[in-house]
Amino acid sequence: MSGVRVLVGTRKGAFVLTADGKREKWDVSGPHFAGWELYHIKGSPADQNRLYASQTSGWFGQLIQRSDDGGKTWAPVGNKFVYDGVPGKHQWYDGTAHPWEFKRVWHLEPSLNDPDTVYAGVEDAALFRSTDGGQNWEELSGLRKHGSGPNWQPGAGGMCLHTIILDPTDKNRMFIAISAAGAFRTDDGGNTWQPINRGLKSQYIPNPEAKVGHCVHHIAMHKSRPNVLYMQKHWDVMRSDNAGDLWQEVSGNLPTDFGFAIDVHAHDPETIYVVPIKSDSEHFPLDGKLRVYRSKTGGNEWEALTKGLPQSDCYVNVLRDAMSVDSLDSCGVYFGTTGGQVYVSPDAGDSWTPIVRDLPAVLSVEVQTLS
Amino acid sequence: MIRVVLPAHLRTLSACQGEVQLEVKGAVTQKSVLDALEERFPMLRGTIREHVTQQRRPFLRFFACEEDLSHESPDAPLPEAVASGKEPLLIIGAIAGG
Repeated sequence: MSGVRVLVGTRKGAFVLTADGKREKWDVSGPHFAGWELYHIKGSPADQNRLYASQTSGWFGQLIQRSDDGGKTWAPVGNKFVYDGVPGKHQWYDGTAHPWEFKRVWHLEPSLNDPDTVYAGVEDAALFRSTDGGQNWEELSGLRKHGSGPNWQPGAGGMCLHTIILDPTDKNRMFIAISAAGAFRTDDGGNTWQPINRGLKSQYIPNPEAKVGHCVHHIAMHKSRPNVLYMQKHWDVMRSDNAGDLWQEVSGNLPTDFGFAIDVHAHDPETIYVVPIKSDSEHFPLDGKLRVYRSKTGGNEWEALTKGLPQSDCYVNVLRDAMSVDSLDSCGVYFGTTGGQVYVSPDAGDSWTPIVRDLPAVLSVEVQTLS
Repeated sequence: MIRVVLPAHLRTLSACQGEVQLEVKGAVTQKSVLDALEERFPMLRGTIREHVTQQRRPFLRFFACEEDLSHESPDAPLPEAVASGKEPLLIIGAIAGG
């Protein structure tokens, strides 16, 4: 019997939500690591019982937890994230130079084929890799040592590397995104990187079309078409058909194109989802209506999905890693809110129901489709 | 035996209940006590002191004998009452945040 496991990171712990393929009756486990911030939890595509979690705290710093039994039990693994060499400086909010300092892990991306290999995107922005199940971490410093590093600057949430996408057809190709530096790609396994921000226009930086400095919020890819990328930028929803070499705006008829989350239907690479947010100074849905927007044309033409979602007095946010999809025959779509709700749509967005309503603020949602 | 009281989250992390009792070789200092603590509970590395700088994390304080020892040198001897086990070294999380 197939089923799903939803891994939810919140401001005050982790929760594991499980259901069978109907996705109607849910078992809720947690809080795990109660009282800690769980920025991200993700399972290995190569071993559904291997999970990695980023557990962090303003008091006690960063921990990485690993489960080898699908989240029933956990054990701390390595938490030593040390930049390679002298880390140098990046721009601070006021434009002055600021030393690179490790703060936390925003995103964990397990390898597609090795459960013991996992990548970590951290603040201040850098990419680390472990090849021993999270015990030891080594920086892939070619990214941070890309010549543009001194021009990177923090977004409101910090200078975080929040998106890591592995190309399923080319083990040497990887995409990452940083707020606020932009998107980068490696074609040699992480040794060298190039910015892939051509076509982005950001009015909030001195040169709106600069090579780096863009506040990219999230990127999504469908595994069957790794050259097609979808991006939710600070403002603007973008698309690239050439692995990021050039982007075009596909915001189309969205009521606002600010937002954080973006994802792709599991079986249709032209169907994508965003959650429009009013603006960068008002992080809640327009008009108090929580609406997911779906495009079946890879952007530009969008439809509002509202059935089962609150359509009045709703002022939550949906953060960048808080949307995910399962790969059951009828694709399930999931997202969590800063109000503590986790919604599921077992019919690709047509209708929604809350799995839970009252968790702490949700930071991340990842879904495993269980065999 | 040196007695150490951890904040609740670190007691959970290290799966220890109540006070920790440690054997410390040589001079009893913040550094030697924390070295012994981390040797016994490796998962605490990086949670009290920064990995690289070994500096106390800014939201933690070290109290003992009704004194704040947070700004003492890591190599300064701890009070005799701590060294003799009469009083514990308290590792305190700052009252901040939600």
